Amino acid sequence: MKGRDEIAQALAASGYLADADLATAISLMQMLRRPLLLEGEAGVGKTEVAKALAKVHATELIRLQCYEGLDQSAALYEWNYQRQLLAIQAHRGTESIEDQVFSEKYLLERPLLAAIRRPQAPVLLIDEIDRADDEFEAFLLELLSDFQVSIPELGAISAVTIPHVVLTSNGTRELSDALRRRCLYHYVDYPDVDRETRIILARVAGVSPSLSLQIARMVEGVRKEELRKVPGVAETLDWAAALVGLDVRDLHDAPETVHETLVCLLKTHEDRARVTPEVTQRLLGKVA
Amino acid sequence: MSCCGSSPGYDDLNEVSKLVSARLAAFLRTLRDAGFRVGLAEGQDAATLMSAGYAAKPGLLRAAFKHLFSARKSDWDKFDGLFDAFWLGKRVRSRSRTVGSTPGASNPSLKGLQDPAAEQGGGQTTIDQLPSSDDAPDGRSGEGRMEGASRAENLAEVDFRKLSDPDQVAQAHEAAAQLASAMRTRLTRRDLARRHGYRLDLRRTIHRNISHGGVPISLVKRQRKDKPLRLIVLLDASGSMSMYTSLFLRFIHGVLDQFREAEAFLFHTRLAYVSDAMKERDAGRALDRLSIMAQGAGGGTKIGESLQTFNRWHASRVIHSRSCVMIVSDGYETGDAALLGREMAALHRRCRRIVWLNPMMAWEGYAPEARGIKAALPHVDLYAPANSLQSLRALEPYLAKL
Repeated sequence: MKGRDEIAQALAASGYLADADLATAISLMQMLRRPLLLEGEAGVGKTEVAKALAKVHATELIRLQCYEGLDQSAALYEWNYQRQLLAIQAHRGTESIEDQVFSEKYLLERPLLAAIRRPQAPVLLIDEIDRADDEFEAFLLELLSDFQVSIPELGAISAVTIPHVVLTSNGTRELSDALRRRCLYHYVDYPDVDRETRIILARVAGVSPSLSLQIARMVEGVRKEELRKVPGVAETLDWAAALVGLDVRDLHDAPETVHETLVCLLKTHEDRARVTPEVTQRLLGKVA
Repeated sequence: MSCCGSSPGYDDLNEVSKLVSARLAAFLRTLRDAGFRVGLAEGQDAATLMSAGYAAKPGLLRAAFKHLFSARKSDWDKFDGLFDAFWLGKRVRSRSRTVGSTPGASNPSLKGLQDPAAEQGGGQTTIDQLPSSDDAPDGRSGEGRMEGASRAENLAEVDFRKLSDPDQVAQAHEAAAQLASAMRTRLTRRDLARRHGYRLDLRRTIHRNISHGGVPISLVKRQRKDKPLRLIVLLDASGSMSMYTSLFLRFIHGVLDQFREAEAFLFHTRLAYVSDAMKERDAGRALDRLSIMAQGAGGGTKIGESLQTFNRWHASRVIHSRSCVMIVSDGYETGDAALLGREMAALHRRCRRIVWLNPMMAWEGYAPEARGIKAALPHVDLYAPANSLQSLRALEPYLAKL
């Protein structure tokens, strides 16, 4: 079991700059063996947390993307019917064919089953759980408490290892209280200027510290405008990469380019119309 | 699973001094009072954490507890204040959560919502004559009496039945029936669009073809189970709405009759769950039961508080991913308009669509100036007039799209 500071260091080494709170959450996750529920606006790096966590533990990341109508056969397991049919045709008349077709060989693992059968505990990322139906949420709750899956033809399969479970939610639907209670909760906010500067420095090649500070300040200004879609960290990185690619060294040198490249940050027509060249100018003025 | 395996457990718990565990229990109580959903498992884990050395540094303990006890953003935001106030003795604004109506505003005298103008059915004595935008089939909704929300109490008993002449009833039922059929059209349309996307359901195909010796002759295709649209109606039964209440009650009765899934609530100064009463087949008897439940209305409209009650106690049960919440109200809020805004935002996160029907909207010169409606409108997906059956019918294509 790793301590909090070690985790923060390991996260930083893997390229994810966490705030102090998140390191605490991850150390608690291991200690209490609870899943971690991450909430926050789109684009603040919730999924990245799971990826970084997999790197920290040097283990596999198994991802289950939720959507409306997600069911057991897509999330847990499914029999390989085509193969079973073939086997039945090929071994017609053989006695033991029935035992054979319901064996591991014909079982298709889906993410949830895969996650509990790995010899080394993987990171299981259940992405956008709020998009799945209530029924699936209830099923997941059961799996997360027992870590055991029952397949009628094979019997119960217990977990070889308990995976590190990370759930993310965008809040499109309210999650059930039961699921919330079972999880540790962490709200991922937009990073402050200091952290965003370090993120840009770590992720974008060829960016100077002064430019990344300017970019972070500018993005902070943009976020304070009343926008319909507030730009996330991913957008910031896109924009930084665009500026570096266009060879901008200092935002004040190329206000026109800055305004034109804001398409990287502003993703709706209304937002684009709202941020006029004058607004850009005003925001640039605050960047210093 | 919360306390399993390697965790320190009960033996170490003894090492935590009794004083601390008593304080911890008190802290859990504080959290519960503040609306946190904290169970026994969390309490055990908290004790485990304290004995594992987290108690040494307040900052560390706060961060750990914050992750453990919070379950949503609102918890997350207020946790630090509560923690500091309890453990570090810092002064913090105390919680301000009230459910239900404030004393004095509600009417204890067992009198229902009553409106003298509406009782006369034809609406011949109205104070202001405000022409409606369309030719309402019932003679009533073309005229209206401007009523503001007031704290004055209406004392008379309501008799819903008197408000409805047979024509009106028939038309309201017809409108509801059309809404229901719109839902059916929606379902068939979705089916058609997805037809070529169907996949084979091999499990069922094999089972079906056992009689052919396992050779798949008749194929079974996989069909996605469609969730029916659920309609949740929140009807404002306050004095300012009284001339429309009867019509909408009839409408809701039709809705509950026709829709496979629908729920109804009535609110004025507090919220009442009326689905069960409304499911009575006989309209007259249903309305009888309702007039008993609607008692206590009168002074003012607490939309915000009613919505808070709804979000807190009913929403998780009645709302699912294909739900449309229909609020029928004029938006005259006598309570806290900011609270209404917050609760509308919370509601909007839960359900697919919020439709706000405002009977006053069709009136000439009406602008959404009331504090309540101003606070609520940013969170409303469809804001529509509902002063006549025609305008109700206009809703149908919208619902069909959901």
